[in-house]
Amino acid sequence: MTRSGMIRPRDRRRHAAALASALALAALAACGTSSSDDGGGGGGDAVDAAEAAAPLDPAAKVSLTIDCMPPATEKAELRQWKEDVEKFNEKYPNVTIEGKQTDPCLEPPRFTAMLKAKSQPDVFYTYFTDLQQVLDNDGATDISAYVNDRTVPALKDMDPGVLDVLKRDGKLYGLPCSNYTMGLLINRPLFEKAGLDPDRPPATWPEVRAAAKRIAALGDGTAGFGEYSAGNNGGWHYTATTYGLGGDIVDERGTGAAFDDARGRRILDNLKAMRWDDDSMGRTQLLKWGDLQKQMAAGKLGMFLAAPDDITYMVQNLGAKYEDYGMAPIPGQRATLFGGNDYMIKKGISSDKVKAAVAWITFKFLTPGKGQFDWARTKADGLPVGLPQPAFWTGATKSADDKARAASSTMPVANFRAFTAHPVQGRHEPPKAQEIYKVLDTVMSAVLTNEDADTGKLLDTARRQVDQILANQ
Amino acid sequence: MSAPVLAERQPPPSAPAAPAPRSPRDRAAFRQALRRNLTAHGFLIGAVLCFSFFSWYPMVREFFLAFEKRENGATVWAGWSNFTYIFNDPAFWQAWRNTLLFTGLALLLGFAVPFVVALVLNEFRHGRGYLRLLVYLPVMLPPVASVLLFKYFYDPGYGLFNRVLGAVGLPEQQWLQSTDTAMLSVVIAATWMNMGGATLIYLAALQGVPGEQYEAAELDGAGILRKIWHVTIPQTRLVLSLMLLMQIIATTQVFVEPFLLTGGAGPEGATLTVVQLIYQYAFTFNNYGSAAALGLVLLVLLAAFSAAYVRLSRASEE
Repeated sequence: MTRSGMIRPRDRRRHAAALASALALAALAACGTSSSDDGGGGGGDAVDAAEAAAPLDPAAKVSLTIDCMPPATEKAELRQWKEDVEKFNEKYPNVTIEGKQTDPCLEPPRFTAMLKAKSQPDVFYTYFTDLQQVLDNDGATDISAYVNDRTVPALKDMDPGVLDVLKRDGKLYGLPCSNYTMGLLINRPLFEKAGLDPDRPPATWPEVRAAAKRIAALGDGTAGFGEYSAGNNGGWHYTATTYGLGGDIVDERGTGAAFDDARGRRILDNLKAMRWDDDSMGRTQLLKWGDLQKQMAAGKLGMFLAAPDDITYMVQNLGAKYEDYGMAPIPGQRATLFGGNDYMIKKGISSDKVKAAVAWITFKFLTPGKGQFDWARTKADGLPVGLPQPAFWTGATKSADDKARAASSTMPVANFRAFTAHPVQGRHEPPKAQEIYKVLDTVMSAVLTNEDADTGKLLDTARRQVDQILANQ
Repeated sequence: MSAPVLAERQPPPSAPAAPAPRSPRDRAAFRQALRRNLTAHGFLIGAVLCFSFFSWYPMVREFFLAFEKRENGATVWAGWSNFTYIFNDPAFWQAWRNTLLFTGLALLLGFAVPFVVALVLNEFRHGRGYLRLLVYLPVMLPPVASVLLFKYFYDPGYGLFNRVLGAVGLPEQQWLQSTDTAMLSVVIAATWMNMGGATLIYLAALQGVPGEQYEAAELDGAGILRKIWHVTIPQTRLVLSLMLLMQIIATTQVFVEPFLLTGGAGPEGATLTVVQLIYQYAFTFNNYGSAAALGLVLLVLLAAFSAAYVRLSRASEE
């Protein structure tokens, strides 16, 4: 067969049809492109401030969908949720709460897809670090006008640092339900076995190194100290360690890396010495969240940087016991990384719904003695009480909550005394956190898997990469 | 009048669309043809709709996404900035280097090993079915289970491989924890997990090679290697070349094995692959524009490679 010309007549028709299909699909795609101004009527942002600050109209019938209702497998938590809905309805009979069971409450890929599709419930669960992503997707209502001493009575005693994380340009987009600061988690039986006093945990990195060496000397595959170096968790912990020693990851203007200095090298040299000179960090590396918890629950790890709820994870999922663990402040104690989770309110819902949502979050998560702070009920339901988390109260509310928590504690709270008696100032993550953590993960994995790693060179390379990330903001 | 009627009764298979019917007889024939094809079109429309929504639309959407970004809650035109971002990301070149290394090693191991195994299996007269099952068994295991198995094998502290090396007096290795051996370790695991399917395909192709050709080669004094070179490979060339193309496309998109074995990037980023980087852009950095841009680069390169490969194959056949 011979061909006359580039495209045969029949092919021309095919190409025309293909082009028409592509254009039709392109038009479809263009229709699917989201824009920011799909307000949906009535939503919080454009509402009158005085009207927003007023309590919910009892005559207004409101139905709310809410994320993160406990799953059926968590019987006690689910029962508490239902009890709280009933009590809430005694005060607000006009509000119908429709809980959405999600377990876990947030999975990043699902969360991202949900925001893209704008299919989040009216009240949706996020991590503190998700604010930018939510705003990029135009997903949350500015609730500044709705939150005041009348709608959230304990507001004045809430740690302003925690609320600040949920603000952007002075506007408030969420209310916290839990928070944590990172510290040093210790395995008390291993401390005792190694002749160390678990009531006086290490406070500095030289002390951590010395303790790790003694615990590792117990043998039988026991590691003294564990550290992450995969899944961006290594970068996350490098950041926490830097904060603990008074350093920073990004400079004050947020335009350049600030970790390539003597302090940064000291952190890496110390880890390298523990891993290779002392052999006190175990041989299995490239660990990410969940791996160190398994080692510790199995009684094979002495210490690692963690938040209090890591203990809950180990108890609930790995058969550990609360009394085996203690917490100390992060070594250095100049500052520590903090995090937490919160509820945001979907953009575009009616003003009455926003008010009802604020009322529910306040009732369930922000009222001392009620909801999640009803420690007597939590104890009666066989759930743990005594962990130093959430910890966002200050002043009189904190004193009252600490007292109530201690009175109903189900674990030896003295094990956390070192952590609670010396609260360390919490600092939030750097800008472009995950991208920076990815770069720092490489640094951590190099130090923990390569005996000949050049820490100065690693930090220099990482600094240039982070500078580039920040320049691309 | 007879010629058009004949043409209607016996349309050539590749005839262009029929001209609009002119006479009542033409119209009746047209309606009959339409009725005859209606069922086929009915069946076809389901598939076309599925492909449109779940395959073609996402591809077109991805194209647009690569030129968009989110700014203050709005989707705005980004021009080439997503592409500039990925080309300036140091991880971009590292991911391509790693992916090419994986593809190269996977071709050496993942292409050759199943073929050799198929050759060996083809020689067995008894128990071939059991052996086929044994070879295919790893494919039936869920990938996560296989990966966890290899994670245990590779552990430098208590892993099986180091114990075996220690038992025979060889030095222990860091396996996944060394930049020198991490990618090779991933390839070994991936080959073990996936070779069953390829082996069965090669085996089927080998069983189609006429026995007389081997007999003729033997009479000509050919040994095993010459029989493979002069009979087996030419006879199975079509399957081999198709498998090669598919393997290159599949290995360039490797994701699961390094993601589960090394947590993604591995030691100093030694196992970070292009598809993992796409995943990271999208689901860790929430940068869908850059993820789409990198996806598009990968698509274009794979499409160009496939086209070149097919053209070269045709040229060599002619």
